[in-house]
Amino acid sequence: MEIVLFAGFALVASVAAVLVVTRRHAVYSALYLVITMAALAGIYILLEGYFIWIIQIIVYAGAIMVLFLFVIMLLDIRQEDVLWARRDRGQILLAALLSLVLLVEMVLALGRSALSGAQTAPASIQGFGTTQTVGRLLFTDYLFPFEITSVILLIAMVGAMVLAKRQVK
Amino acid sequence: MQVPLSAYLILSAFLFLVGVVGVATRRNALIIFMCIELMLNAVNLTFVAFARFLNSMNGQIVVFFVMVVAAAEVAVGLAIIIAIYRNRETMDVAELNLLKW
Repeated sequence: MEIVLFAGFALVASVAAVLVVTRRHAVYSALYLVITMAALAGIYILLEGYFIWIIQIIVYAGAIMVLFLFVIMLLDIRQEDVLWARRDRGQILLAALLSLVLLVEMVLALGRSALSGAQTAPASIQGFGTTQTVGRLLFTDYLFPFEITSVILLIAMVGAMVLAKRQVK
Repeated sequence: MQVPLSAYLILSAFLFLVGVVGVATRRNALIIFMCIELMLNAVNLTFVAFARFLNSMNGQIVVFFVMVVAAAEVAVGLAIIIAIYRNRETMDVAELNLLKW
């Protein structure tokens, strides 16, 4: 059953990711990216990430992608992107070729490395991946990074406001 | 019969490389930004897979922080794109070539 679920989610995520890269208009790419993120959230459930999958839906699909769609609608982009311009064709071919080589190399390396010793997941510790465990870790071992993230978010807010403010002429 | 670790890693590698091809190929700044988010998601999948298979919660905590940093980066990056669009009326990165020799 787990294999069927993983195969389904992986197929949806892969197809949607390829569609993100190949659409002409930015809105379609954004919507396919939301589908990719939702499929990845499903895979996180299979990996016992019971806190991470809901955070993925809320933060990534529900805030970040909504922000993308706000900006696309705000700027009201009507013209469609030229998908494969004539003068870029050499660069596109080179990028595709090198990525294909890297993909084959990664599949070979990941498929047969020392990782194959850890192919079956060990029995998980008590409360693995639950909100309680994540919360306890965030407030004990990872307290300093947790406080720093509040500063990061403040910086991002101030920076976004300063950059996007309309200049008063 | 469980799903092996290499299956998750191969899926993550594929998503990452789709993102790389998107960044290297497209000319629209918003779509390039979306491909960067795709790469971040692929890395998150690697972290969560290893957290499960090494039976350690550290991977999921790192994913939490990666999501926070990604949110901050998206906010600032979209503000930059808005500012560029307001000044130059274009979303095409090939036309942002003032620093090019």
